[in-house]
Amino acid sequence: MENPRDNKYTNEHEWVQLDGEDALVGITNYAATQLGDMVYVDMPTIGVTVAKGEAIGALESVKAAADFYSPLSGEVVARNEALLDEPGLMNSDPFTSGWFLRIKPADPTELDDLMDAEAYDEFEKSQG
Amino acid sequence: MEKKAINDDLASQKAVADSHATPSTVSEPLHTPLYDEHVALGARMVEFGGWMMPVQYANGIIEEHKAVRAGVGIFDTCHMGEFRLIGRDAARLANIATTNNVEALGLVQAQYSFMCNAQGGVIDDCIVYNFGDHTFICVNAAPLQSDYAWLKQLRDQRGLDADIINESDDTGKLDVQGPKAAALVQKFTGTDLSQIKFFWATKGDVAGVPCRISRTGYTGEDGFELFFPIEETVKLWRLFVANGAAPSGLGARDTLRLEASLPLSGSDVAAPGNRNPVWAGFGRFVKLDKGVDFVGREALQKAADDPSGERMVNFFVTGRGVPRTHCSIAKDGEVVGEVSSGSYGPTLDKFIGMAWVRSDLSAKGTELDVMIRDKPVPITVTSRPMYKKP
Repeated sequence: MENPRDNKYTNEHEWVQLDGEDALVGITNYAATQLGDMVYVDMPTIGVTVAKGEAIGALESVKAAADFYSPLSGEVVARNEALLDEPGLMNSDPFTSGWFLRIKPADPTELDDLMDAEAYDEFEKSQG
Repeated sequence: MEKKAINDDLASQKAVADSHATPSTVSEPLHTPLYDEHVALGARMVEFGGWMMPVQYANGIIEEHKAVRAGVGIFDTCHMGEFRLIGRDAARLANIATTNNVEALGLVQAQYSFMCNAQGGVIDDCIVYNFGDHTFICVNAAPLQSDYAWLKQLRDQRGLDADIINESDDTGKLDVQGPKAAALVQKFTGTDLSQIKFFWATKGDVAGVPCRISRTGYTGEDGFELFFPIEETVKLWRLFVANGAAPSGLGARDTLRLEASLPLSGSDVAAPGNRNPVWAGFGRFVKLDKGVDFVGREALQKAADDPSGERMVNFFVTGRGVPRTHCSIAKDGEVVGEVSSGSYGPTLDKFIGMAWVRSDLSAKGTELDVMIRDKPVPITVTSRPMYKKP
């Protein structure tokens, strides 16, 4: 599965997609594959303020548990409620219907620190 | 996203492997003959009990789990251990080393059993077979070397006339499991499998390979454990996979056995005396009155007479969250126990687990909390098995 070209990426294997004033965030296909079949997600409440790098959610697969670190500072304005019933969307469709949160960025320049798709492709390869 | 320490049964089994480690196991993980087959099938390989084993293949744990429940799956279990006991006192040695009654076994019958220490704690669980001229014992991978040393020590202590032959390195093992397992294996053997009842075995050829064919498993389904000369492993694996058996890894093995309420040695039942098989609820495999002074008998008799010890329970999560090994169990904010196995049960479509809890809180229907990320998540104690095949 190709990493979408217009997204930005973190070295925690999260993606960020600008959508108007907001940013959609989720985990990459690489992350979803590493974790395996997702069976549970824990999401922050809407309206909460999050800091870049803060652990703001939990993702659990059959065999593994992982934190979701916010790739941006800002306010959580929406959550993908469909994941509560169908966390496997993060495996089957990680870049679109498997999105995790919608965040209103506090400082859009933070995006400049993230990797573009090409850099992330290389980073993913280096993970072995 | 950062993958944290996998707080699960594999990790705890690894800890057990380390605690049992002998010089021969503290080295590079071993490969079964199927290592290259697993990698070619897209398996994710993990270290388990001193071996590199597939935790899952490309389709993932849930698909593999469902394939075993609905059809037939195949597991590489070559890492497990096999001992052949011969000599005048072979069966007697097995009867002293294990809790079930070996003397009660009919010819080619098998029994589930425990090897206990003097405190009644579990060194390992095992299946003991009566093959007439010898007793055969199948044990887990991680404690294999220590089990072997223990059996020899016990023989010498009791002055018994028995040879213990560790056949583990020469024995290949495949578990073919699921409602369609018998039909699949039957295609390749002249042995009439319908004559082999659950927990019975026979010797017979499968695809020309001399096998021990045992109607046993670790999934809660019908199926077979096949033991054969190790050089035949790749041939049999390829044959079964080509004929429809879904390659299934340790991840599915764990969710299948957990749903079926089968314990994991070293985690659900373990070496501390308070994790003994009686309090775990497996007293039917502990024959206190078999007339043999087996190891742990006195401690297990005390456990049977003592209602105060913690009990092992099975539970469903009724709130939201995944219970994992070592999560605390709480009642009204007070810690009253600990999870010994926990995961998602794909067939039950519930989060499930096994836990050791205060004995007065072990009755079916008791409502407790499991602590997940410091938050109480409601659970309900249920009866076992949590999953029973239709």
